[in-house]
Amino acid sequence: MRLIDSLRFARAAAFGTPLRTTLLILSMAIGVAAVVMLTALGDGARRFVMGEFSAIGSNLVIVLPGRSETRGFNPANLVTSTPRDLTVEDAAVLLRVPGVVRIAPLIIGTSEINASGHLREAMLVGTNTDFIAVRHLKLALGRPLARDELGHGSAEVVLGALIREEIFGSESPLGKTVRIGDRRLRVVGVLAAGGQGMGMTTDELLIVPVATAQAMFNTNTLFRILIEARSREQIGQVKTRVLKMITQRHDGEEDVTVITQDAVLQTFDKILRVLTLGVFGIAVISLAVAGILVMNVMLVSVTQRTSEIGLLKALGARAATIRNTFLLEAGLLSLLGACAGLGFGHLGAALLRHFYPSFPAYPPDWAVLAGFVTALATGLVFGVMPANRAARMDAVQALSNR
Amino acid sequence: MSLIELADIARTFQLGDSTVQALRSISLNIATGEYVAIMGPSGSGKSTLLNLLGLLDRPDAGTYRLEGRDVTTLSPEEQARVRSERIGFVFQSFHLVPRLTAHDNIELPMVLAGIAPVERKRRVQQALEEYGLTERARHRPDQLSGGQRQRVAIARATVMHPAVILADEPTGNLDRTTGEEVVRLLEGLNAEGVTLVMVTHDQVLGGRARRQLSMEDGAIVHDSALPG
Repeated sequence: MRLIDSLRFARAAAFGTPLRTTLLILSMAIGVAAVVMLTALGDGARRFVMGEFSAIGSNLVIVLPGRSETRGFNPANLVTSTPRDLTVEDAAVLLRVPGVVRIAPLIIGTSEINASGHLREAMLVGTNTDFIAVRHLKLALGRPLARDELGHGSAEVVLGALIREEIFGSESPLGKTVRIGDRRLRVVGVLAAGGQGMGMTTDELLIVPVATAQAMFNTNTLFRILIEARSREQIGQVKTRVLKMITQRHDGEEDVTVITQDAVLQTFDKILRVLTLGVFGIAVISLAVAGILVMNVMLVSVTQRTSEIGLLKALGARAATIRNTFLLEAGLLSLLGACAGLGFGHLGAALLRHFYPSFPAYPPDWAVLAGFVTALATGLVFGVMPANRAARMDAVQALSNR
Repeated sequence: MSLIELADIARTFQLGDSTVQALRSISLNIATGEYVAIMGPSGSGKSTLLNLLGLLDRPDAGTYRLEGRDVTTLSPEEQARVRSERIGFVFQSFHLVPRLTAHDNIELPMVLAGIAPVERKRRVQQALEEYGLTERARHRPDQLSGGQRQRVAIARATVMHPAVILADEPTGNLDRTTGEEVVRLLEGLNAEGVTLVMVTHDQVLGGRARRQLSMEDGAIVHDSALPG
């Protein structure tokens, strides 16, 4: 029997029972669609988290005081017990490290802001003019903090969008004076609304010069130093150089921790990839169920077409020919189901993206391919048994069956 | 030379724990171009004999030579080939594939044999004309009358130009007039030289054949070609 004739015969056989065929294709389609949709969700979550982290600022290297890793016995630990402060001077020196573009020292605390009769508690960040650039924040009004070369601190503040709205309403706050703690500061800028990252919203932030914040909180030490490397490739080098530089400045004691955004990112990336793989596995189970359904439908088909099989044998069909037509039929149904499933899955993912535009629900290519191949393979594997049953049927008995 | 030579053919069936002797030591020669009717009551083994002649069943003992070749020892694949090329079946219940048109049903043996589409088309057209089915070519079996269905079945049986046509009660599901028509078609084929073996329990129909075989209890009790 020619292949094209076998195909035509299988197609006619499959669509001889339209309802059953449609249901079977639907079940296969749901399985494949589940693979596509679930992996789109999983991978979407990964992309979403990656995107959030990138929003903190790209190519970031972060210095925090104190050691968070153990490296065994170090004689320096015996001599000094208290870690040295991470100072504004440390931060300033880091600007000279090759590969560093910008730095932003960071002090964080809470304070009260009092202006035009409103009193409110807010998160206060002491930093420099580059903070806004390093963190990729945007200004709605005014300018960033003035460049403070001498480190004396100026009486300036940049307000978060929500603070500005609650205190000044629609009025422009630029040039107005606000009271923060026991100091009077002049508003020079307002952040654009909607800034996110590092677990806090920037809408409720007060940004003041680092020296001013140090004086307010009466402290010398910094909370963090944010460093922006020139490129992604230089992050590793910058990290080592920064650590070396600070260790040198701290009398050879390694009393700071340097982390890269990249490392955090990779961890999340790994976790969410495994998660996607997990949901893929769950979805594949539904494909196996659909495969069993293929077997069921094909067995019914073989039983219903017993006398036809007898006839085919009487007309001189070889056992292999009969087996192949039934296998082809199973394969054809699986193929149609898989194609329909891809359609449904992509449609579902597109709908998801339509309703949640911030969530990048794109199915990964490997999952789409694997789902498709699995659907075809299960259909064929589960089609083997019914096809063999048809091929082995006794011609005389099959013919007398009506 | 005989077309069909059966020597000491036996066939038993196992029904539960009892053994049924469907055929006991049948020896029979049928020459090319003969017109043979096999008659007998139901259960006499005539259908089993026909199935054996058509290579749908294997004997438990004895040899069957078709055109001088021992076909009992052939592999299932080779037997399928012999069925495809040398044997045409006509059944009581027509056995048309319900989802295929008259045209496609007639074409089916050639499709299974892997004959080229151009040749298939030519032969199907010819068969449709010969059997007066051209108008009905695109109809499915459920849109055809009984006589038309059997004509489609006969066209299908002859389209591979077989040496022998085996007909199992070909008029059993038809009224007298249509049955008559179908028998005349089969006899016409026989007149053209095709060997015709027909199983029937209709005495009148059987009487039209040039040679009658009567079967009883798995054995041939009368052969009109043999004296006595």
